[in-house]
Amino acid sequence: MLGTVTAMLGYPFLVRALIVGTLVSLCAALLGTSLVLKRYSMIGDGLAHVGFAALAIAYAFKAAPLSIAIPVCIIAAFFLLRIKEISRIQGDAATALLCSTALAVGVMTVSLTTGMNTDVCNYMFGSILSMSKSDVYLSVVLCLLVLFLYSFFYHKIFAITFDATFAAATGVRANLYDMILAILTACTVVLGMRMMGTLLISSLIVFPSLTAMRVCRTFKGTAFLAGLLAVLCFWAGLVFSYVGSVPTGACIVVTDVAVLAVFCFLEKFRERRREA
Amino acid sequence: MVLLQCRDLAFAYEGKTVLKALNFTVAEGDYLCVVGENGAGKSTLLKGLLRLLPPAAGTLNRGPGLQDGNIGYLPQKTRAQQDFPASVYEVVRSGCLNKLGWHPFYGRAEDQRVREKMALLDILPLKDRCFRNLSGGQQQRVLLARALCATGKLLLLDEPVTGLDPLMTAQFYKLLRRLHEQENLTIVAVSHDVRQAVREANKILHLGQGQLFFGSTEAYLQTRLGQYFVESVGAC
Repeated sequence: MLGTVTAMLGYPFLVRALIVGTLVSLCAALLGTSLVLKRYSMIGDGLAHVGFAALAIAYAFKAAPLSIAIPVCIIAAFFLLRIKEISRIQGDAATALLCSTALAVGVMTVSLTTGMNTDVCNYMFGSILSMSKSDVYLSVVLCLLVLFLYSFFYHKIFAITFDATFAAATGVRANLYDMILAILTACTVVLGMRMMGTLLISSLIVFPSLTAMRVCRTFKGTAFLAGLLAVLCFWAGLVFSYVGSVPTGACIVVTDVAVLAVFCFLEKFRERRREA
Repeated sequence: MVLLQCRDLAFAYEGKTVLKALNFTVAEGDYLCVVGENGAGKSTLLKGLLRLLPPAAGTLNRGPGLQDGNIGYLPQKTRAQQDFPASVYEVVRSGCLNKLGWHPFYGRAEDQRVREKMALLDILPLKDRCFRNLSGGQQQRVLLARALCATGKLLLLDEPVTGLDPLMTAQFYKLLRRLHEQENLTIVAVSHDVRQAVREANKILHLGQGQLFFGSTEAYLQTRLGQYFVESVGAC
């Protein structure tokens, strides 16, 4: 086991994957705690599809992919979080609409221009190993920024997650903090797409917090445990992916599912004991 | 001192007028109950008073003593909170957020305030319990403590006793009376229980798409509307 890890650390591209993956997992888990509780579990999926369309268009115009995908996703995230107020379409229906529309636009752009090449495939199914050095720098800086802003606004994020109406009623700028949450989510999702792919990105946001919620009684505890589990599952997934030569994203999701099952069992066990 | 003043106030949802021609004031020390049948616009009015809904017409003025940091609100419970992993302390403390401004973290003053309000409502022993595991009455007290953290003056309550059993309801009204008398809080409560309302409040606002009555409880009981409403609710 230790030998495998040492061997893995010998490859520079795996070290890069490790650094970025750890940071992205951590960000996604922290934000995910809020999003799952606000009933926005599918926002990651929606944004990733938008991100895919944006990347396809960026390729077509030979622009830098992330510099287009991030702003487009921020706008989409903002609309998804506010859709309840601006139209009668429900949040889940809006996410579904956005997912398929964006995917359609992306696929059309790809087939009209470059064709289905490896780059496009990487964004669909994830390939953390293809990250360049400049990608890594950008990702690290953005992740650290997300972590910093999350801790800076932690209490505000708690308040708008628990009860946004109360916060707004008592004079807290709930809309502003909603927007901050949307921006942070969009950045995280675009960065995470590389690792998990458009199709699996939701797992980074949903699994760790759902798992942590099985056993935690406080919000702080839930966020903390979700972050920890996300990082551990990512590491485990990366090792399995190396050993079994399977795509990293899929390995991480399978690890997440296993951990969730264990925690569900723990919760049931604890309830039993309390009843007895 | 006047805290809230409405002149010809109206509210609309998606272009449809729900409430119109509202003329009433809330003065410091009032205990106002807003009554009316389902769909009379009680909750709409409360949202309007909280500035969650802009007025469609007329004016709503807040008195000088009423900055944003001095309004507390006890909402109807939402479904999302039933599985929320948060400790009682975390929930109550979130009421102090409007005092925080741009400052990112709570300090000793907020901690003090949270403990004070929890002690006032006898929920200090529940401090580290998980909010979702509490009984309905306990949850209501926790949310009330949160509202008290947000205000020193005006407290707005939206159907505060829905879902509570008769004993807990009585206790809750007793608690409100104590807050009104001892803590000098001005209270505006929306309620469909008109008999309880006339027992507790010193002012009544009766709504039905508009303002049917506003004045003191004694005057309300003299009107035919008041007598009819109290009796017909009592009969069923």
